[in-house]
Amino acid sequence: MAELEAVIGLEIHVQLATRTKMFCGCELSFGDEPNVHTCPICLAHPGVLPVPNEQAIRYALQIAAALGCEVALRSIFHRKNYFYPDNPKAYQISQYDIPLASNGRLGEIRIHRAHLEEDAAKMIHVGESGRIHGSGASLVDFNRGGTPLVEIVTEPDLRGAAEAAEWARLLRETVRQLGVSDVNMEEGSLRVDANVSVRPVGSSELGTKTELKNMNSFRFLQRGVEAELTRQRELVEAGGRVEQETLHFDPASGSLTSLRSKEEAHDYRYFPEPDLVPLAPSAEMLREARESLPELPAARIERYVSELGLAADVAATLATDPDTAAYFERVAAAADGVEAKVVANWVTGELAAALRQAEDESGAAESKVGPEALAALIALVQGKKISHGSGKTVLAALVAEGGEPAAIVEREGLAQIADSGELEAIVAAAVAANPEAAEQIRAGNGKAIGAIVGAVMKETKGRADGGEVNRLIRAQLGG
Amino acid sequence: MAEILELTALGAHAAMCAGEISAAECAGAWAGAAAADDLNAYLWRNEGGEEAAALEVGRTCLPPIAVKDIFCTEGVPTTAGSRILEGYRPPYTATAVRRLLEAGVPVLGKTNMDEFAMGSSNENSGYGPVLNPWDRGRVPGGSSGGSAAAVAAGLAPWALGTDTGGSIRQPAALCGIVGLKPTYGAISRYGMIAFASSLDQCGPLTRDVSDAALLLAILQGKDPLDSTSVGLGGGLRLPDREDLSGLRFAVPSDLAEAGFDAGVREVFEATLARIEGLGGELAEVALPSAEHGISAYYVIAPAEASSNLARYDGVRYGTRAESAGDLLEMYETTRAEGFGAEVKRRIMLGTYALSSGYYDAYYGQAQKVRTRIAEDFRAAFAEVDFVVTPTSPSVAFGLGEKTDDPLSMYLNDYFTVPMSLAGIPAISLPAGLAEPAGGGPRLPVGFQIAAPAFAEQKLLDAAHALERAIGFDERPEGRDG
Repeated sequence: MAELEAVIGLEIHVQLATRTKMFCGCELSFGDEPNVHTCPICLAHPGVLPVPNEQAIRYALQIAAALGCEVALRSIFHRKNYFYPDNPKAYQISQYDIPLASNGRLGEIRIHRAHLEEDAAKMIHVGESGRIHGSGASLVDFNRGGTPLVEIVTEPDLRGAAEAAEWARLLRETVRQLGVSDVNMEEGSLRVDANVSVRPVGSSELGTKTELKNMNSFRFLQRGVEAELTRQRELVEAGGRVEQETLHFDPASGSLTSLRSKEEAHDYRYFPEPDLVPLAPSAEMLREARESLPELPAARIERYVSELGLAADVAATLATDPDTAAYFERVAAAADGVEAKVVANWVTGELAAALRQAEDESGAAESKVGPEALAALIALVQGKKISHGSGKTVLAALVAEGGEPAAIVEREGLAQIADSGELEAIVAAAVAANPEAAEQIRAGNGKAIGAIVGAVMKETKGRADGGEVNRLIRAQLGG
Repeated sequence: MAEILELTALGAHAAMCAGEISAAECAGAWAGAAAADDLNAYLWRNEGGEEAAALEVGRTCLPPIAVKDIFCTEGVPTTAGSRILEGYRPPYTATAVRRLLEAGVPVLGKTNMDEFAMGSSNENSGYGPVLNPWDRGRVPGGSSGGSAAAVAAGLAPWALGTDTGGSIRQPAALCGIVGLKPTYGAISRYGMIAFASSLDQCGPLTRDVSDAALLLAILQGKDPLDSTSVGLGGGLRLPDREDLSGLRFAVPSDLAEAGFDAGVREVFEATLARIEGLGGELAEVALPSAEHGISAYYVIAPAEASSNLARYDGVRYGTRAESAGDLLEMYETTRAEGFGAEVKRRIMLGTYALSSGYYDAYYGQAQKVRTRIAEDFRAAFAEVDFVVTPTSPSVAFGLGEKTDDPLSMYLNDYFTVPMSLAGIPAISLPAGLAEPAGGGPRLPVGFQIAAPAFAEQKLLDAAHALERAIGFDERPEGRDG
């Protein structure tokens, strides 16, 4: 049997951080007392009408621009009809066949569409499970009902659980940097559902998909998708068939339970919302959305690779978080004449390691190591003013207390031994003190050089340049 | 007091401004008249006090108004004629009513109606039918039957109604008063309980055309709470036109094929002759798609209604069935007990029309027909100023006469539905009396004039001239004054 590949698409709901709800003037809030942010409109009293939130439209246009989507000149709101207590009108105002945005891309993943809609109210099921099954009663908190949402749907371009989680992180960072959402998965301001299927490698047809819900962290997203892929692979390899259904992921047990099958799927009876006119953003709104975009992670990664010559993984590490990226760029600007690659290695390598060593949880940008200080340190090492080893010592001191590298070098006496006569003498003494090693080197065993280098470094307290020490030892011993 | 009740709203306004009567006298006289309601026209009357605190007005210089019970009024019972909203007191007031209060028009009471405005006879009210003041064995029309009957019987000087497929014009015709359905979007729908959102429009039911113009001037305007409202642009002035010279009035070319009573035909033709007498020109226009209006309407309106009425689930307001079952059973029992038969019929029709696999064949097709009808009117108005028809195929019919035959009931809207689908304004004027098809005392006949969208001023001017020429001054027997 041919090997099976994973085919994954994501549906992401982003709560917009507007001041008020999508179709009424109630304030948005998280964590307030239940049912304090309500009005006749979001409680669906008879006779009320929706009025779209202009800020939400502007935010959605920014997301559309960030995802490189085409924006519809006139998109249409539809009613999605279903009965449930979290949905007081018994229909959700959403978009259907003409969404606000379509045909975009983020990184390597194509965006199918992005549209505006309103969030449902929050249901709290009373009982041990916290889920509707087995609960004695359900409470409804309408504070969340009517919160503006942008739903983003990808094409099924993801090929693995880790890749899906990684891409979802990139999306979150992208939306976060627009400043249009809190993108907090635990609080539900970013919610990710996954459509998962498998197919034989090389096939261009899509297999039957299942929809996974309730993965409220990237880790759970990865675990949930992995669990479902394993289930589908085993099923298909055993000659079975995947049934279309919606699955609930329980992170505690790692298990998947069916919420509803295809037969139970709703008929939402979509039709154009007659209470709203088509959504036709003005040229001005579109231009403002485009111009308000900061440089976003995907573009920055691309720039670091193409303009700075960084490796893709290093570029991703630096560019995804805007604070880290800004820090890197300040160090690079201050470290005049030093290659970007070298600066990148210091930030992602030495500095990250020093922070880990010091058990400092802050990122580079929040650490005590100022970007000018790091640039000065890199210049000292590159200019062979101090050894690489001393550089690490200075960095550890910077992480612990901040300050200026030159002052630390001075205080700790770490300046490299510049006088070659002095170093030659120390090397000669070390050779004399290690006759066995010296003999082995003469006999051609290059590995033995370590003992003598170590002795020199000990004597110089690391202030000697390692390359120079090696050269001098070999010169003296003819190794 | 009898003199006050004889005044039109505009006349009362003039008398108040001249200091001949006080606002309190006027309000008191009308409160007394409304209290004598023996037609079941009112569901609630304003007797002052705490209950109606939110409806108080400041300086008053206009007589009070009867408001169809489809408009939300803060703290005051609002049922839309349905048992499912029994006891509901909205936490807010509709924009149309708010505009009236701000203009100094007190609310006299809330009037009976077909449940959720679905009906042409007022027999679908959850609170019993309204009787026609001309013949209490007959219907007043619907769905704004309570408003029409109240004005006709002298229980109110003027009234607010809503029209989705004829619900202002047809009862106005059957009760012998003026009823205007404005252009869709002229008046805010905020707080008007929705039946079919793309068709619903609020409008006046009055004794004469001038009162209709005055009421429309107060009500019209863009409302930030209704995205579909646009208002009428410039202001309105009271109509003063006395002739119709230079205006072209067109009769639909297939009108002769439509079935309507001989008495109605007679009055209609006499009115056409009056138009010519006033210098108006008669013409014919083809409205080839209009005959499909009823079919399209009875797909679109129920489809929207099936969604609009889904919120009545017994959870947050209104009546809730006491059942021991689960959530679904509570929903089902509440709706089974709370809605009447016609409402259920339309919810089922609409749900079916929108369901997956049938949408294109029904809702999609009906919308295409709607577009064609609007195009027919546009083409017609390139040639003529107005399109005229009888308002209703018959005079008021007997209570119970059509309740077992929904299709025959639906055909009452044959002449009024096309204008609703096209979103254009239309007015019904009392044009004379005619004997019912089965014989009996003569009853009012309405004459409908339709105009292009937003041409209300022109429509009111022409209607005013024609109204003067007709000089309809008949009134139901037993009415005071």
